[in-house]
Amino acid sequence: MKDMMPNFNLVQPTDLASAISLLTDAGENGWAIAGGHDSLDWFKDRIKRPTTVVDLTGIDSLKGIRETADGGVEIGALTTLTEVENNPIIKEKFGLLSSAASRVASPQIRNKGTIGGNVSQDARCWYYRSGLDCYRAGGNTCYSDTPEGMNREHCLFGASRCVAVSPSDTASALVSLDASMVIQNSSGEKVVAATDFFIGPAIDIENMTILKPGDVLTAIRIPATWAGAEFYFEKVADRNSWDFPLVNIAAAIKMNGSTIEDIRITCGAVECVPKRLNVVEDIVRGSERNEDTANLGAGAAARGAVPLNYNHFKIPLMEGLVRKAIRG
Amino acid sequence: MQKKFSSDRYDPLSTERDALSRRTFIKGVIAAGTVAGAAGLMTGCSGGDSSGGGAGSVERLVTINVNGKDRPVDVMPNETLAHTLRNKLGLTGTKLGCDRASCGACTVMIDGVTTYSCSTLTHMVRNKKIVTVEGVVGPNGELHPVQQAMIEELAPQCGYCTPGQVVSGVALLQRNPNPTRDEVRHALSGNLCRCGAYNNYINAIVKAAGRA
Repeated sequence: MKDMMPNFNLVQPTDLASAISLLTDAGENGWAIAGGHDSLDWFKDRIKRPTTVVDLTGIDSLKGIRETADGGVEIGALTTLTEVENNPIIKEKFGLLSSAASRVASPQIRNKGTIGGNVSQDARCWYYRSGLDCYRAGGNTCYSDTPEGMNREHCLFGASRCVAVSPSDTASALVSLDASMVIQNSSGEKVVAATDFFIGPAIDIENMTILKPGDVLTAIRIPATWAGAEFYFEKVADRNSWDFPLVNIAAAIKMNGSTIEDIRITCGAVECVPKRLNVVEDIVRGSERNEDTANLGAGAAARGAVPLNYNHFKIPLMEGLVRKAIRG
Repeated sequence: MQKKFSSDRYDPLSTERDALSRRTFIKGVIAAGTVAGAAGLMTGCSGGDSSGGGAGSVERLVTINVNGKDRPVDVMPNETLAHTLRNKLGLTGTKLGCDRASCGACTVMIDGVTTYSCSTLTHMVRNKKIVTVEGVVGPNGELHPVQQAMIEELAPQCGYCTPGQVVSGVALLQRNPNPTRDEVRHALSGNLCRCGAYNNYINAIVKAAGRA
């Protein structure tokens, strides 16, 4: 028999204003739940113990996929990953996101897990997840970045005391598509670029995103900029199901004849945020899309990487994925 | 036939194994309400706030629709669907493996869509239609074609993941009556089988596709 997670008040508002008000009142003791896969693991392990859990799934305005006037799409944060994967508009215009969503976890998790939750999920470092008092948990040590630490899955870039990586597959795709996040709280609505939504440990070591208590991610907007471009998504993980990426790559390429007119390329699971590879973009933009260009781009992909004891393999893996993405 | 032993101790040679199986015993315990004795462990509310929630929290007495029947049940705010099904409603066909959305043994259908019941709060699905492995059989208790095919293809080995595999298979055939082998593989990719009988499960569902 399994035991149960500690008790909490479960509140089920049906409108956004009530949800925000409940979360604002609860402050640090509040918790917003949607798909629940990340949340319930924390509760069952007794590592996070909120007293007020706000179920967002009754708020219909946060669901569904709408085309916007500029030819982009707006995806409600509660839209499930299965819906994102199979939506005809997203498949037609932003196939990159559809592919990324199809590679998340397992079918059952995609059926209930939401895109909002997928981009807001917490770090997957197992030291942090097992409740140790690491930097990210408010302590003053890192258990992973040590000679014996298990850091095979950890970062190559941007370490600042914490070496956790962005675990999301859709986040990489959204950064490449120039998406923006719509956040509401008691003082109104703000829209931030995906690149600013994800934050590294140098900015805030305890949070992977800019979301604060009382904030609700309501929607994700994708502009028309990359609609119908050529896309490449690939995720490498230890297992083909369930697993988080060791490295993932999400590229959007606009072609002009055989020339790369413009490109966005983002790599996941190598830094605490999805890593936009600006240098690679600058190198290959304007070049023919061929093996030589791919090799040039790949050579610059991992420049500046600082591997930990067990994750050197991520460097050639990253370069290989960039090569494949550019070569097409 | 005269019994070999007159004592009521367990007789390993007896073929009369149906007198009191473990399953009926557990169900009997649940039906008799003996669970109250283990309330602390069962509900996680021992010594604390036994009302199950303060102001604004959900009502505990709810009715949920399981396998086509409305079932009134007392549900704690922090209760997972797997817990409600197994320990409150006696539907022990749904298994708990990892309790962390990482194995698939607890797979049920919610509004026709497969979901891990271990990672679903019952209150979050109380207005939806839940189908467990007990609910996939025909009106007279006949096996679903997926179940029949699994028997024929020797799919279950230890059998612990089987209820989850059945539900995933039935859900697949409901939305796609003629799946390719790859589609079957994909549909079962959220169900672990530690015996490694994946091919047998896939064979069974491909076989059942022609009959469902």
